[in-house]
Amino acid sequence: MTTEGKDRFTKQVFSRPKSLVDVKTHFCPGCHHGIAHRIVAETIDLYGLRENTIGVACVGCAVFLYDYIDVDVAEAPHGRAPAVATGVKRAQPDKFVFTYQGDGDLAAIGTSEVIHAANRGENITVIFVNNTTYGMTGGQMAPTTMLGQKTSTSPYGRDFRKDGYPIKMAELLAPLEGTAYSARVATSSPAQIRKAKEAVKTAFDMQLKEMGFSIVEFLSTCPTNWGMKPVDARKRVLGEMSEYFPLGVYKERKQADFL
Amino acid sequence: MSLATGTARRVLMKGNEAICVGAIAAGCRYYYGYPITPQNDIPEYMSAHLPPIGGTFLQAESEVATINFILGTSASGKRVMTSSSGPGISLMQEGLSYMAGSELPAVIVNISRSGPGLGGIAPSQGDYFQAVKCGGHGGYRMPVLAPHSVQEMYSLTMLAFDLADKYRNPAMILGDAIVGQMKEPFEPEPYVPTVSPEKPWALTGCAGRPRQHVKSLYLKDNAIEAHNWKLHRKYLRMQDEEVRFEEYRLDGAKIAILAFGTSARVSKTAIQWARKEGIPVGMLRPVTLFPFPVAQVDAVARRADVVLVVEMNTGQMLEDVKMSTTRHDKIRFLGKPCAMPTPEEIHMEIRKLAGRAA
Repeated sequence: MTTEGKDRFTKQVFSRPKSLVDVKTHFCPGCHHGIAHRIVAETIDLYGLRENTIGVACVGCAVFLYDYIDVDVAEAPHGRAPAVATGVKRAQPDKFVFTYQGDGDLAAIGTSEVIHAANRGENITVIFVNNTTYGMTGGQMAPTTMLGQKTSTSPYGRDFRKDGYPIKMAELLAPLEGTAYSARVATSSPAQIRKAKEAVKTAFDMQLKEMGFSIVEFLSTCPTNWGMKPVDARKRVLGEMSEYFPLGVYKERKQADFL
Repeated sequence: MSLATGTARRVLMKGNEAICVGAIAAGCRYYYGYPITPQNDIPEYMSAHLPPIGGTFLQAESEVATINFILGTSASGKRVMTSSSGPGISLMQEGLSYMAGSELPAVIVNISRSGPGLGGIAPSQGDYFQAVKCGGHGGYRMPVLAPHSVQEMYSLTMLAFDLADKYRNPAMILGDAIVGQMKEPFEPEPYVPTVSPEKPWALTGCAGRPRQHVKSLYLKDNAIEAHNWKLHRKYLRMQDEEVRFEEYRLDGAKIAILAFGTSARVSKTAIQWARKEGIPVGMLRPVTLFPFPVAQVDAVARRADVVLVVEMNTGQMLEDVKMSTTRHDKIRFLGKPCAMPTPEEIHMEIRKLAGRAA
């Protein structure tokens, strides 16, 4: 073994992001919130934003953001995170402001707040974690619940004749003039995680360049409430979920678009 | 003369505009709101006057969004205000509860209207319960100030900002269409702060300090119980330190009127007429509706033969008057839920209570 080789093997190439707090996770086995947290923390580190960031947590499993990400965080009422973030950003335009919201929070009770924040071109970033159910309250039907999916309040499966269709937020928000960036990603394979990180980087960059509202929708898992093993939950995301909720970038504003 | 610096000696303005001048004098540079009658003078004034002094005016998509803009700006450590009327304040109750739970200061102006439901836009004090008892969930309190003149619309707004910061809690101005829309001269005395401007709890990015949170959720180790008692002690402290009231011609009064805001203003005229006729009548006017002047109400009820509660509703403050004294036998009520009582009506009632011919 040469000296050069020894150096190669002792070089640290992977570590906990500085912005990710060193605590045990409370999330269920197979839940992908932890992956989304890590991507957010890595991107905060990448741009050196830790001491210049204010996060806004929502109601649901996602509220515990503040236990894991080492930045200042305000807690918003259910669905209101984009409005709270608006108040923070208007008062402190030089700070980096992001919300972290689940699908019940953003796509049901908070639809109005997210649409109007996007339409104002509010210069904030929304991390939206869609696992097709209300996790914290015990797996009830969400606006994103798939047709036929059984939940604790759709025990016969979601029926479009009664409950309508799963709502596609990334597509819904993209055409608004104030939206600078809208993308949907998944966290169910290393390749998808790399793409997710690229999307979050771009979304952060939009805010740093004052381009307007940016959102990244994560297709995520809830093995506990889906009644699935983690591996099967991961397969569901890459299967029926990403078939109905196609992954991709729905809007990416170039500077010239609004100048 | 300059209104922005508070150096004008005497100006003629609407009550709603005086609120804006007071807010700006007290350092408020952020206003968010949603249109509703009869308070539109406030967002209109702020939209014109905040931007030139580097402030921010933003019209929200709803009162629900408004109060959450307020929450975010308050969490950033800035003085911030909104205004609305009954139905809009209803929509803010969720946010007000969160702000009380998260200990966030702000000034909320309620130029109330008659209800319930869509109700009417005529002058009313129908929001006493909503303001004083706090309509949001979980049980919390906030200082509620009831101006009865344009002068007080100005000065109590400045006080509301100080009380909000002193207690890290929302504070409310409760007015109505009369005190909001009427014009009269007032003196915009300079703002003299009574609290420190420091807000070390504000979320400003964690440069050089550990991260901090603004929140109302305390799940671990039963911390929520300790938090609730802490908030409760704060409300008790408000009751100890913040009771404000006016005693008007109570010397030797056998008839004591209890009224706030516009009702009190009208009552003053009726009292002057009755005093000229030799009727010993006066008034105790609560300026703070929370904290309520409990001891003063009880003292007045013990001294007087009759206590006449006058309100522009069907009897809301009346309940707090009854809780303040055991002398319920002395209490009478004159109410008008959807209009201002005239001085003649109150004068007539005073004459009746004094045993004079109508």
